Amino acid sequence: MSELLVMRGIVKQFPGVRALDGVDLDVRAGEVHCLLGQNGAGKSTLIKILAGVHQPDEGTITLGGEQVRFSGPVAAIRSGISTIYQELDLVDGLTIAENVFLGHEHARLGFTRRGEMNRAAAELLGRLGHGELRPATEVGRLPAAAKQVVSMARALSHRARLIVMDEPSAALAHDEVANLFRVVRELTGQGVAVVYISHRLEEIREIGDRVTVLKDGRTAAVGLPARETPTATVVSLMTGRNVEYVFPPRPEPGSHDGRPEVLRAEGLTLPGRFADVTLTVREGEIVGLAGLVGSGRSEIVETIYGARRPSAGRVLLDREPVRPGSTVRAVRLGMGLAPEERKSQALLMNETVGRNITIAGLGTFARLGWIDRRRERAEAARLVKALELRPPDPDRPVRTLSGGNQQKAVLGRWLTRHGDGVRSRRLLLLDEPTRGVDVGARAELYALIRRLADEGIGVLLVSSEVPEVLGLADRVLVLRDGTVIHESDARDLDEARVLDMIMEGSAL
Amino acid sequence: MTLLVRVREARHLGLVVALLLLAAVGLITSPDTFGTSSNLVSILALASTIGVITVGMTFVIIGGGIDLSVGAVMALASVWATTLATQSYGPVVMAVCAVLVGTGAGLVGGFLISYGRMVPFIVTLAMLVAARGLAQRMSDRKTQLIQPENSAIVELSTTRVLGLPLLVYIFALVVVVGWLVLNRTTFGRRTYAVGGNPEAARLAGIDVRRHTMMLYALSGLCCGIAAIIIMARTTTGSSTHGDLYELDAIAAVIIGGTLLTGGRGTIIGSILGLLIFTLITNLFILNGLNTSDQLIAKGLIIVIAVLLQRRGLESRT
Repeated sequence: MSELLVMRGIVKQFPGVRALDGVDLDVRAGEVHCLLGQNGAGKSTLIKILAGVHQPDEGTITLGGEQVRFSGPVAAIRSGISTIYQELDLVDGLTIAENVFLGHEHARLGFTRRGEMNRAAAELLGRLGHGELRPATEVGRLPAAAKQVVSMARALSHRARLIVMDEPSAALAHDEVANLFRVVRELTGQGVAVVYISHRLEEIREIGDRVTVLKDGRTAAVGLPARETPTATVVSLMTGRNVEYVFPPRPEPGSHDGRPEVLRAEGLTLPGRFADVTLTVREGEIVGLAGLVGSGRSEIVETIYGARRPSAGRVLLDREPVRPGSTVRAVRLGMGLAPEERKSQALLMNETVGRNITIAGLGTFARLGWIDRRRERAEAARLVKALELRPPDPDRPVRTLSGGNQQKAVLGRWLTRHGDGVRSRRLLLLDEPTRGVDVGARAELYALIRRLADEGIGVLLVSSEVPEVLGLADRVLVLRDGTVIHESDARDLDEARVLDMIMEGSAL
Repeated sequence: MTLLVRVREARHLGLVVALLLLAAVGLITSPDTFGTSSNLVSILALASTIGVITVGMTFVIIGGGIDLSVGAVMALASVWATTLATQSYGPVVMAVCAVLVGTGAGLVGGFLISYGRMVPFIVTLAMLVAARGLAQRMSDRKTQLIQPENSAIVELSTTRVLGLPLLVYIFALVVVVGWLVLNRTTFGRRTYAVGGNPEAARLAGIDVRRHTMMLYALSGLCCGIAAIIIMARTTTGSSTHGDLYELDAIAAVIIGGTLLTGGRGTIIGSILGLLIFTLITNLFILNGLNTSDQLIAKGLIIVIAVLLQRRGLESRT
């Protein structure tokens, strides 16, 4: 088989980060080439370069023997590279055929030729082995798996020679994955190359031909045989990243044993997301949840916080049952959340740093609804100083801050000193607290989180970065497909073992 | 803080300049009439009705919503307050009735929007139609006069203190209270949060649904107060009162620099926007110009104001 795509020495620099530092990738026509790597290894950047979203700073891309340089996404699609992102970019209100030909409709004098498009779409769907999908069906009514087929039909309609799929199985149920694989085989059978990104090793073994592993923005291994390479080899190639995080010292193992439970979740279940999750957090303890995207970790945190309503199970805070489905209640009882998506779920982008800090505890600065602005400002200033926000100015618009400082402001929201009759924070739920935060600021955040725990707050920490969970938490729960598959002291685990568990599901 | 204050002042400065320019035009084109105290008083009296509604509208829009029902709700409140049955209880009950009807309508709309998860545009559009219809039904499409024994209501318009009719003081009071609530209370601060990022507000422990409902109730309350003012000015309650007031109120809020997407805006800006609108009406009337041209001028003002604001926003980011 001939090399369809050859990437050599790709370098991509972002402000403050070298996302790609010399990546090579060879993809042959008709193969499924799997891309593996931990979060932050550079997979996303690499596929965005392939999709024409980013332009590389250095390196060459050769497609079908010709050197190419994409000025934008349209240029990449014209050259025959289609990318299917996790968040499918389909328009729910349009039909399958209209989605397939979106942007390059069959039209005459501006009038779409519906019959012709429906026929062409039916043919493409047939090529993918899904002749049963009717082109005139509205896409919004399709299940996730069928939407993916529509995305692939769209790729084919652009005469794609190479299709990049970013974690296509993350949103699918198990039987739907088998169907996805059938479609992928149909594609490769017709000579189309597929770059397949997944964290699930058993999938890679089933569908993949060759594997390229990325680590720290570099290629750790090129073209390994997908079926024969032992798991241990793959995991060792992905682990041992060079990034040095400085973690604060931990208390002795078992030192939390006698302390009261701040949080107890019993048999928590949310169908399709997670099942029968039981966990506890003691005073002063940091408990880490390790798992892949889609393993249910964020959903568990949101359910504990009352942002989602479980179908079974209960949550106790300081041994008192918490009424499910009410964030207002959870906050009043002493929980605080730093959500996964800082910008869309936590920050008030129009407001200042100070007002972002005081918003959650606003009632404590007010009497009968009237805000005591002097006290509010003093408290904001105190926290800006205590959390070492830079610049140390509570009146700055929060959107001008770096990611790390924004995250400190979100944490600060839960640390305002309580007035009479208001409980102080008992439990902090931190979902990906260091996402988009540079290395230096990470160390500060880690130290801050540990300091809060030492003051007696219970912390439940979620992170995709295994070293972070292992380095910061006292106790770790490993999640896979919505169930807790392992629980132990963080010091008894290492990165390779956790990675093996969350990717394969079989403890070594 | 200084930077932010300066930006905010600058934004209002543009509106103040526009207002002064319009006043200058008035002084030049109608030197004998524009500057007279009776004309200035009539401008303020004219602005009072929609002005009160605009205060409520500012809250709703900063909170991420929209209220199309304001004019119809005000009409309904004026009709309800002037039925013979209500009038038999005297002027105080009439005023309370108007406020309760307005607040009640706002609560119903707000409940459907927040707990019924319906789109504000549609709910308040339905309320607009239904409230207007109910007002017609109650009044049998007749204009209801305020009885002589209840003339205390009308005296809000005729009695003057320091040269200004009492209803202008009501307007001023609503503006001051509205400003204080928006800028100095937890309710006001949370309104910005709910409008700017509802998900973040919810996760920060704010009861977003209840807050949203209260915003529409507040808007309804303002419509009730506006109903009292319009009854005072016209000595009637009528199902035809307040036609298209919602458009003027929304336009005033937008001209005043409040983002239609929520999360940002000021009461002062809205009032300046409203005064600009009222001044244009006044200038056209004084100069005996066509009312159709007046509408065209207002349309242009809206577009120009939004264009200028967008440029202002872009230069800052």
